[in-house]
Order: sequence, then C-alpha cells, then structure tokens
Amino acid sequence: MDDLTNLTITEAHRLLQRGEISSVELTQAHLERITALDGTIRAFLTVTAEIALQQAHAADERRRRGEDNPLLGIPLAYKDVLTTRGVETTCGSRILRGYRPPYTATAIARLEAQGAVMLGKTNMDEFAMGSSTENSAYQITRNPWDTERVPGGSSGGSAAAVAARMVPAALGTDTGGSVRQPASLCGVVGLKPSYGRVSRYGLVAFASSLDSIGPFARNVEDVALILRTIAGHDPLDSTSVDLPVPDYTAALKPDLAGVRVGVPREYFIEGMQPDAEAAVRTAISTLETLGAEVREVSLPHTDTALPVYYLIAPAEASANLARFDGMRYGPRVSTGELWRTYRETRGAGFGPEVKRRIMLGTYALSAGYYDAYYLKAQKVRTLIKQDFDEAFKIVDVIACPVSPTTAFRIGERVDDPLQMYLSDVFTLAVSLAGVCGISVPCGFDEGGLPVGLQIIGPAFGEERILHVAYAYQQVTEWHRRVPAL
Amino acid sequence: MSLTLEQVEHIAELAKLALSDEEKARFREQLSAILDYAARLQAIDTSGIPPTATVLPMHTVLRDDVARPPMPRDDLLENAAEKEEGMFRVDVVLD
Repeated sequence: MDDLTNLTITEAHRLLQRGEISSVELTQAHLERITALDGTIRAFLTVTAEIALQQAHAADERRRRGEDNPLLGIPLAYKDVLTTRGVETTCGSRILRGYRPPYTATAIARLEAQGAVMLGKTNMDEFAMGSSTENSAYQITRNPWDTERVPGGSSGGSAAAVAARMVPAALGTDTGGSVRQPASLCGVVGLKPSYGRVSRYGLVAFASSLDSIGPFARNVEDVALILRTIAGHDPLDSTSVDLPVPDYTAALKPDLAGVRVGVPREYFIEGMQPDAEAAVRTAISTLETLGAEVREVSLPHTDTALPVYYLIAPAEASANLARFDGMRYGPRVSTGELWRTYRETRGAGFGPEVKRRIMLGTYALSAGYYDAYYLKAQKVRTLIKQDFDEAFKIVDVIACPVSPTTAFRIGERVDDPLQMYLSDVFTLAVSLAGVCGISVPCGFDEGGLPVGLQIIGPAFGEERILHVAYAYQQVTEWHRRVPAL
Repeated sequence: MSLTLEQVEHIAELAKLALSDEEKARFREQLSAILDYAARLQAIDTSGIPPTATVLPMHTVLRDDVARPPMPRDDLLENAAEKEEGMFRVDVVLD
C-alpha cells in the first residue's frame, strides 16, 4: 500500500477488515501527511496526535476481538466549534483561547463509540461566521487547489483537510452554507442535514434555529456512513427530532429512473461565473441521462434569503454570544468593575465579523426595530419555506449551483461584508427552510478550480439527495481528482 | 438609512462591546449599508403570514424528571479565569 491517505473510508475499511492494514498505520500515514502539508494549508488548529494513536490502538484491539463496523479505526477531523472533552475548542475565536470543554459533542461521541479516531480540530471562521475561513482569529487556511485562494467557509479547515488528503472525512457545521460552500470550493462532498436531524449538543451555538452538523468526505458513500452514525434523537437536544434513522447507505442506487429533478430558474442569475454555471448545467444533463425527469421549478422568494438570513442569524447570534463574558471560561480582561470587565473582555475577545453581527443582531432585536426587522424577516422566512413545500409537491429533489463563483483570492472580499455574504446566496434559503442539501464536485472552471452541484431535498429527505449524488458519482470522475500539492 | 454615531454607541452598550473610535466609524458605515440592503424586505407583502421562529412542528419538549449525576464541579471550574473556594470569582457586582 503506497498511499494510505488516498483511501476513502469504504476502501480503508475493506483493507482493515482483511487485516492488510491497521488503524495505527492508517492514522500514522495521515498524521505524516498533516506534518508534511499543513504548514502550507493550515487546516488544523489542533492536531491530537497522541489521542489519535491511542484511539487507533484501541480500534485495532477491538477489531482483533472480532468487532467490525465501517468507522472502526477510521481517522476523522472535527470543526473547532464542536466540543471535545479535554481538547482545546476555540471556535476560531480569541475569546475561547485555551478552553477545554468538560464534555464532548453528541455527534463526535457517536463517531467515537463506533471507534473513529480523532486527528484534530479544524480551522473555521470565528464562531462559524464567514464564507472564507479568513475570519479565524488564528490562521488563514488555504485552498489545496490554489494556495492563493480561500477554501470557503466557515468550515474551511475541514473541507481543505479532506481535499488535501490529510483526513478521509471530517465534520463541519452549516448555518447558511458553511458545509456546502467550502465543499464546493474545495472539490469534496459536503452534506447539510435537515434541521433537527443531528443533535446540536456540543455545537457551540451561532444561530440556534439554523445550525446543523454535517459531514465532508471524498465520496457520497462515506458521507452516508457518517450521517447514519451521527443522525438521530438525542435527549440532550430538544430540537433533535425523534424520527427513525434510515440506513442511508441502502439508498445509494446507480440509476435515477423516475426521479423528478427540479431546476429553479432563480438560481441561474446574472453574476454567476459562466464556466461554473456551464459545469452545473452539464451535471444536470447527466442526471437526465441517468433516467431523471428534469423540469424547471420556481422558488420565487430566493432573492429575499440573503436579507432574511442577515437579520435572523445575527439576531440569534447576538443572544447566543452573550454568554462569552470572561466569567466561566475564556480569557478575562479584569478591570475591577463588572460591567466594564464585560465590555473590555468582549471587545478584546471578538473579531470584526463577530462584532459586526452582534451589533446587527442587537439592533434588529432592539426596542423600536424588532417588528420592522426581526419579525418581518421571520414572516418572509415562512414564504421561503413555503416555496420549498410547493416545489417538493412536484419534484423529488432540486438541482442548482452551490455558490456563484469558484474559490476567490485570499483578501479579495474581507473589506466588503456584503460581497462576502453574496457567496452564500444559493445556500441560505435551504438553511432558512430547514431542508437538506448536498454539494458534489461537478467539474472545474477554466482556472482549474472545483465547481459544486447542489442537490436539495425536503426535510428528512436525505436519502433522496444521497441517491442522486451517488448516481452522479458513478458516472463522473471529478471527485477522484487530487490537487497537486 | 444611515445610523448615527449615537445609535452605534447605544447598540454597543446593549451588546456590552467596547469599541474603538475606528470600529464605531467602520460599523456605522457597514451596518448602514447592510440595513439598507435589508430594507428591501419591506416591499414584500406579509399580511396574514405567520412568522417562522423554528421550522420544526414542535413546541415545549419535556423529559422525565429523573435526577442524573451533574458534571463534576472541578471540571466546570477548570476554565474559569478566576475561582475561589469552588466558585467563580467575579468583579464586585454591588458596592
């Protein structure tokens, strides 16, 4: 075996089963690749090599005793917004520097129960607010396809780590596109589950009515395997829905006969990068050749998603981030006077984008402006959700772009928040409606940068989007391309 | 619309954020631009449309009232900037 880091989970599992490799070997190979590449890519905030090797030994021991499951001994990485007991969890923020949580997020605990191995915690935009990972207080993550460009965000570290073969799969979180958009920009698969499908316990809250945890991997099977493990009701999160978890891998069938695919006219707009749009349109034609019935649909409130999101998400964030006051965790700027200590601690601890959103959300919720901004946005959110309800009466899934452009240059949009927000224009409505979406690689632009196809399904319709994405990957090779590093 | 400097300072105080003069000026400009953009929502007819606070068709969720062991106190105090006798130490709240 010359390159263990190029294996998918499914492939690595087969070799582990046959005893051709051990989890320790697999883990070491990935740790070596991190050592070799992460000085350039900077996807990891923390590499937990010691824990990883302990967990790998334990997984090998379990396998020796006859245990088997597809994640036993598989290395994974977790976005630094997910708590890991005893392992620093910063959310990419100075205000949580050195924070060692007393508990582990349910999604991670479920993966670890299966025997998954933690390689480390990945970089992100501070508190998951951003679309490029440039808002991290710690480091800039680079896109493995072009290190002068961003990996997308906010889960840019996880996406870049998977694309660069530093880990076969990783968890991210998606509040307005933060799994799908970096998956698209890094050329990997990324799935945002329906709201309520995966427990948020241990996900440090950004916007509680939108946050969801989702997997990145290099193919659809691996994403299905992880989703199957992390999905399901959790008594520790009252918004995790008590619905049975299907075996998502059983939904993966290669033909699309009878599957109705809707193409929303509002997602093909002026300003879309022409070669990226062409790749998406070609991918939709490919779905047709696999037997899908493709028809145009309309999601008429699409253009309201951006303003609705940038009122609702900051409003929720301004409340959630009130807890960071330097009292129970995180560095404190002591002044001897409590209110001043709060102000100074928060002023020093939060970066510009987080402050901007706290300010925006506080304003939208403040006396005199609540009805005009927050309540209005919640009403339009209802209309956005109804658009999807109507569309899913006539189609099974919706296919469209993930982002209007491929990966942009580092620094290009940092000073223009609205321009940055526009990179999520095709992912926000899905989050607001609480439905599910997946990004799958569907080509490259003229500059050799990956393009993603977004497949959207109804709430708890993950089997449908995984099926369509899987069928697409059976007849395309985009996801097998490796960035030259 | 354009926010005034006083409005920016008022919001910062509500949010308990110390901001530099440079930050106040920048946020005044950027927040005004974002709010201008958001103003387009006013043109949408939402009469009779209920607000969506959560997409889930659920309300209050109750669990059985069963006592469980809490997290150990020392674990919870471990991250505190200052602690004393098993408690978080904070600045004086009341004189």
